[in-house]
Amino acid sequence: MTRHAQNDADVVVVVGSGAGGGTMAHELTRRGHKVVLFEAGARQSLSSFSQNPGEAFGQLTWLEPRSQSGTWGPVKTSPSLPVWHCRTVGGTTVHWTAATPRLRPYETKARTTYGDIPGTSLADWPIEYEELKRWYQVAERRLGVTRRNDNPGMPASNNFKVMYAGARRLGYKRVHTGYMAINSRSRDGRGYCIQQGFCTQGCKVGAKWSTLYTEIPRAEATGRLDLRSECLVTRIEHNGAGCATAVVYRDAAGQEQRQSLKFICVAGNAIETPRLLLLSESARFPRGLANSSDQVGRNYCHHLIGFVWGVFDKPVMSWRGAVLAGVVEDENVHDPRRGFAGGYHLELASLDPGTLALMGIRYGWGRNFASIMDNYRNLAGMLINGEDLPRPDNRITLSTTVKDAHGLAVAHVHIEEHANDIALRNHAQRQGQRLYEAAGATRTVLSATPPATHNMGTARMSHDPQAGVTDAHGRSHDVPNLFISDGSVLTTAGAANPTLTIVALALRQADYIGRAIGAGEI
Amino acid sequence: MTAQVAIDRRQFLHGVTGVLSGVLVVSLPLASLRPGRAWSVDLHVLNAAEAATLQAMVHTIAPHDGLDEAAYALVIAALDTAAGASAESRDALLAGIKGLGVEFPAASESEHIAKLEAIELSPFFQSVRLKTVMVLYDNPIAWAHFGYEGEAFSKGGYLTRGFNDLKWLPEVPLDASGPMPI
Repeated sequence: MTRHAQNDADVVVVVGSGAGGGTMAHELTRRGHKVVLFEAGARQSLSSFSQNPGEAFGQLTWLEPRSQSGTWGPVKTSPSLPVWHCRTVGGTTVHWTAATPRLRPYETKARTTYGDIPGTSLADWPIEYEELKRWYQVAERRLGVTRRNDNPGMPASNNFKVMYAGARRLGYKRVHTGYMAINSRSRDGRGYCIQQGFCTQGCKVGAKWSTLYTEIPRAEATGRLDLRSECLVTRIEHNGAGCATAVVYRDAAGQEQRQSLKFICVAGNAIETPRLLLLSESARFPRGLANSSDQVGRNYCHHLIGFVWGVFDKPVMSWRGAVLAGVVEDENVHDPRRGFAGGYHLELASLDPGTLALMGIRYGWGRNFASIMDNYRNLAGMLINGEDLPRPDNRITLSTTVKDAHGLAVAHVHIEEHANDIALRNHAQRQGQRLYEAAGATRTVLSATPPATHNMGTARMSHDPQAGVTDAHGRSHDVPNLFISDGSVLTTAGAANPTLTIVALALRQADYIGRAIGAGEI
Repeated sequence: MTAQVAIDRRQFLHGVTGVLSGVLVVSLPLASLRPGRAWSVDLHVLNAAEAATLQAMVHTIAPHDGLDEAAYALVIAALDTAAGASAESRDALLAGIKGLGVEFPAASESEHIAKLEAIELSPFFQSVRLKTVMVLYDNPIAWAHFGYEGEAFSKGGYLTRGFNDLKWLPEVPLDASGPMPI
């Protein structure tokens, strides 16, 4: 167990151990840096993962309540849990369902493609797509993404057979078992997927990529990683020159501690990352660290998600098999004739009975509600995943009503849905219903909007220091040795599940940091 | 040590206000209930009549013919536990039950529905509905009833146990899926 001195100012601090932070920790340690990796949650393992739905949720989820406001559905249906992400070593890569599509070129030019849509803060990415694509290829090799390189696709599950049949009858062409960061055969020292179902409980065979058992152990093997789990970073300190110098954190015993640093990569998920920056306000940065633009926390995107279920008169057994291994890509285009900007994916999905009743179907009771549950064996399921448009006031702020266990303000989530969001969601859910009707469904059922699982945009990249928080490499416009290494930097959301993009940008950022240090710029 | 345990047990029994019991139709391991086919749940706030009113209410919220009564008892036990957390929550639950009237358990389903529709917006109804949804489907009795087969890791997953055994639709071509890994 490597331990770096708390007053060692040659240490690189990484906050958060998920897709961005876990990858950064590996990339920096293998390049020779001493890294202290902070993770608020505890460390689990393949053997400790519970396979009981309720227990697994409690074991992995960031359960500390948040506050909420706005017109978005979970304000009413899930008031203290607007966001479902992890608090455990490996972060949200422990419970993710491993869909790894790329953004499409048009999605990185959202402002140019969609035009000036009132009420939004659309922007083009400050990165050329060709460059992003090169890093996608590196990330896909790292994660072993199926249907890329020489990795076979996932075999078709029962649930996907229904999706495929319906999609083909509707005329969709780009329908397959998905680009998945799940081993379809043994590779990289990990076994293949045995189709256990409910990837959200943690993958007991490690077939699904997670930094918990890939990047983090490799970083530890360098001898340069000091992983401090159950340690919550509460403040980033800076010196008179405006450079970050240390982090203040609470250790596992709740004691306040300090760690000096050379530079810092913040990857706490797009909820906690802006919270930490806002908590780090100072006389020099009165609106929060790295926030002279007032963009920290703004432009919060979360994807337009929702479940669609088809009820059939024959068994589907949708719980058997990898949850998200199936996709319809045809609607991931910008086609204003549909009545909205941006596009969406239809992705395979399944839920355990308890989660299905709680958030997979809309509020109801009595015989009508019960009859959906009675048909659990005969349900086929999908998740719509669409692009939501950034809005300046859809934002993460510090809660004025809820405090965490240390007495610090928790994140407050405010979302007002744009008319474009509503139009896209309605279209996507209607297409999902049509798909299942084409496959022979006797009935289709929709969910309310579940808690967000994809969090993006709250420290976005921009060329213009007034329009975003970081430059095109995720480096703060204000604080030169502060990097943002998670989904917060995504300039816009696109319709792609964000993890592949987060990993690609982290790999690219590590490469940039190496070159910047070589040139004496850090 | 033994004496301390005995005292705790006596205090525990002293607080019992009612007992729900039954016999499982299917035999399942369930830590929350007493082991074996016969089960019982001690209540610490609700008496038998109050529990019966709640049982009728929970059945109306989530009517599943053939679902073992033990699953419904778990909901009642969870409501009882939540009510014991504070005087406010206890009073709120008991007031809600009282509002349904002593005739409620024996009334017909349509009478139950009419009565619950009239109070649907109340915090009492909403909290009982939410607890029902959270507890009724998240236990092995419900899983067996609705078909969910539970954890599969110990059995090698579903790779060779039916994840792709659906035969009533055409097979997916290989170029849209992939080969079996074994």
